[in-house]
Amino acid sequence: MKAAVLVFPGLNRDRDMIAALTEIGGAEPAVVWHQDADIPDVDLIVIPGGFSYGDYLRCGAIAARSPMMDTVRERAAHGVKVLGVCNGFQILIEAGLLPGALMRNTSLKFVCREVKLEVTNTDNAFTAGYTKGQIIRCPVAHHDGNYFADAETLARLEGEGRVAFRYAEGTNPNGSINNIAGILSAEKNVLGLMPHPENLIESAHGGTDGRALFAALLAKAA
Amino acid sequence: MTIANDIAITPQLVADHGLKPDEYQKILDLIGREPTYTELGIFSAMWNEHCSYKSSKKWLRTLPTTGPRVIQGPGENAGVVDIGDGQAVVFKMESHNHPSFIEPYQGAATGVGGILRDVFTMGARPVAAMNALRFGAPEHEKTRHLVSGVVAGVGGYGNAFGVPTVAGEVEFDARYNGNNLVNAFAAGLADTDKIFYSKAEGVGLPVVYLGAKTGRDGVGGATMASAEFGDDIEEKRPTVQVGDPFTEKRLLEACLELMQTGAVIAIQDMGAAGLTCSAVEMGAKGDLGIELNLDKVPVREERMTAYEMMLSESQERMLMVLHPEKEGAARAVFEKWELDFATVGKTTDDLRFRVLWQGEEVANLPIKELGDEAPEYDRPWTEPQIPAALALNDVPQMDVADALLKLVGGHQCSSRRWVYEQYDTMIQGNSIQRPGGDAGVIRVLGHDKKGLAFTSDVNPRYCEANPFEGGKQAVAECWRNLTATGAEPLAATDNLNFGNPERPEIMGQLVKAVEGIGEACRALDFPIVSGNVSLYNETNGRGILPTPTIGGVGLLPEWQKSIRIGFAAENQPILLIGGPAERGTHLGQSIYLRDLFDRRDGDAPHVDLAAERKTGDFVRKLIRSGVVTACHDLSDGGLGVGLAEMAIAGGMGATVTDIDGHDPILQFFGEDQGRYLVTLDLDPQGDEIAAIWAEAEALGIHAPWIGTTGGTSLTLGRARAVPVAALTEAHESWFPSYMSA
Repeated sequence: MKAAVLVFPGLNRDRDMIAALTEIGGAEPAVVWHQDADIPDVDLIVIPGGFSYGDYLRCGAIAARSPMMDTVRERAAHGVKVLGVCNGFQILIEAGLLPGALMRNTSLKFVCREVKLEVTNTDNAFTAGYTKGQIIRCPVAHHDGNYFADAETLARLEGEGRVAFRYAEGTNPNGSINNIAGILSAEKNVLGLMPHPENLIESAHGGTDGRALFAALLAKAA
Repeated sequence: MTIANDIAITPQLVADHGLKPDEYQKILDLIGREPTYTELGIFSAMWNEHCSYKSSKKWLRTLPTTGPRVIQGPGENAGVVDIGDGQAVVFKMESHNHPSFIEPYQGAATGVGGILRDVFTMGARPVAAMNALRFGAPEHEKTRHLVSGVVAGVGGYGNAFGVPTVAGEVEFDARYNGNNLVNAFAAGLADTDKIFYSKAEGVGLPVVYLGAKTGRDGVGGATMASAEFGDDIEEKRPTVQVGDPFTEKRLLEACLELMQTGAVIAIQDMGAAGLTCSAVEMGAKGDLGIELNLDKVPVREERMTAYEMMLSESQERMLMVLHPEKEGAARAVFEKWELDFATVGKTTDDLRFRVLWQGEEVANLPIKELGDEAPEYDRPWTEPQIPAALALNDVPQMDVADALLKLVGGHQCSSRRWVYEQYDTMIQGNSIQRPGGDAGVIRVLGHDKKGLAFTSDVNPRYCEANPFEGGKQAVAECWRNLTATGAEPLAATDNLNFGNPERPEIMGQLVKAVEGIGEACRALDFPIVSGNVSLYNETNGRGILPTPTIGGVGLLPEWQKSIRIGFAAENQPILLIGGPAERGTHLGQSIYLRDLFDRRDGDAPHVDLAAERKTGDFVRKLIRSGVVTACHDLSDGGLGVGLAEMAIAGGMGATVTDIDGHDPILQFFGEDQGRYLVTLDLDPQGDEIAAIWAEAEALGIHAPWIGTTGGTSLTLGRARAVPVAALTEAHESWFPSYMSA
């Protein structure tokens, strides 16, 4: 399998993501700087978390307009899998690769804690390693993760089985509509999610619930 | 231009720069003429308390700062301690008290930014942060606003920069009403052969400016931080800087990348007093002169004067001396990260600090006297009056269960979850123990087992009553918290927060606290490798509680064996290790007295340092032998609160005995020092535990079996059983209800 991690200035969970992909996939991903000429030929492109460009405009808005994102859009259209976590999810939404918006948490505060996620759909490359309805643990760490979409979009997401993860057991940390934690593109080859599965993959993290996402993805991508 | 360099130097202007008449006379004697306006600004920046340590230096010198693992002690940007395998931990704690009171969000944010910069300036990638926050009384009208702003500021900067906050302190006391404390700690990892220092070497080499542009923000900040607050405080807001964590993150990556090219000879971040302080320190330490040409300094505001540029405290800036042949490669790194890079001067051989601006020499001063030979005072001090010990029969009574619930649900002992959930505590993926325990623990990347533990401690109540014992206790508690995770305490950083040193009673607190810190550090082989002094923490003549915060670092050979505070399994024996046979005896200055009876009397508990060391070494050995399942040191609220915290963290109750005929209030709420609670995975009737008791007895350590884990309630002696759910509810609700009220 081949994976690439895209790095914009201000992202800061790139090392966590690279470590997870290396640990689970057995090979280091390519690391692509936003000004590099191109993204190498890979099966999976990951945009990790952080604060691209300081999130001084809307979160992810500046990175989403980087020429590199045109390449991501093009690859996604050709079926390459794209994973955006946290700021990466915000960037994918701002870039139009996923619908809806991520607003400020209803608490108006940054929140870092462990939540429960329900794996809502498993008919895609990202969540195939879980069982439908499975409840997993996962950490969150964000200020703007309150997912919102208009009624029509929401109905489509739900109807097409494009909600990948939902906050479960009353642990919605940000006010997201329908407890949505992660969504898929229409072709289900793009996933954006606010929680950080890359921070729960080994005993040092206190659990391995995030592992199955990468394991399934990297196996499929191979 | 807005401020000319030919402004007349009047006594008022000198006073406005925080310089006393005798200090001004010293300047006149030193340079043999009247200083220019810019020079006056430079002197004020270098000779203020914040930068020169002029009141404290004499006493700081008495602290132990060396040890077999110490690579760099105080005097650099941060301390450096060997952790084996060619690696070092680089750390320091620094205050940002005054700015955080004036503008809580930015003050706290830039405090975090400043301490992170101190660490990566030395070539270390930051891996852990802590912060010790002290606010006024909860009921004071400003407290909520300050808590909210400071916590958001700490998180706003640290989260975006990408360093996990792994531990810290939050405390309230009316004595911080007009002057809160924000002490920020950061630690980084570096290879021992790749540490970078601020000492310039070589004549005629380029002095290079890197990072963000210079603006007018923070002009005079260090001078402000060296003055007391009055009612005009709101006018001081423009002296607070604005933080930009995005630039800091890029600066980190650019600096670490640049260091790998071998281009860097010396590096100094621009913190307090910005360009002035960094340039003078690099030159003075290397016995070199520095010439700066301000026309080359990247600026973001128009028509900035020499005075403003020299005193600006704009954040996220660095000064370096580079190998000239590698200047091009260095520039390329900074251009990649879209940061400014400008050669703004050179090193010289004449020991002068010369500043050129628009073709004019606006300052020409002797660099040594500005820097490491700044004035030093032996300020008069008086021996603190130690309050009489509480009378033996003076034990105000309350139902033990009621008292316990009130304490775990009070502002002092309640959960800080509301605070630490606003900090990213798990970024980098190495956090083994996150906030809420005795110490934060991270694993050291690249090793299978090695870990580091971090904690920050001081008990200002004790320091107020008895500065010497309070100083000892702060060090001992820090050492104890590290030990309770199984770590070997390595070294510490001190952040000494006091009132106005010109008052002999305040100076007395400083002198005695430092004496206590030194004594404890020597007894525990726990050297001070870096630190910061913050004086003039008072408003309208009333000082804060003396608060010498100690930030400690410990080493874990196997993080897999690090121990947490929560009860881990049912039916395990609970041992109280250390302290007197009566379990608890000392109520003076306790939380029980202060928070339940509004009394602040009695002497502080004394720390027996020999017993402290003996007990800690015993507990650590026990942990490493693998039989300990939970461990917690006893501090505020004594045995009762310690047990409750273990029950809450483990979601499990316990039944604990008391000693017949000894006041249960003293037993459960006395704050005797040098004590740990441990639970063991051993049969309380078996041979193995008997061997532990035999060893303890031989060492003269009390280690009674006081109870057993299990059930859903905590029962303290003859008091009624308190459901763990009720304790948890009380513990978790104080902070969120307070903040939403």
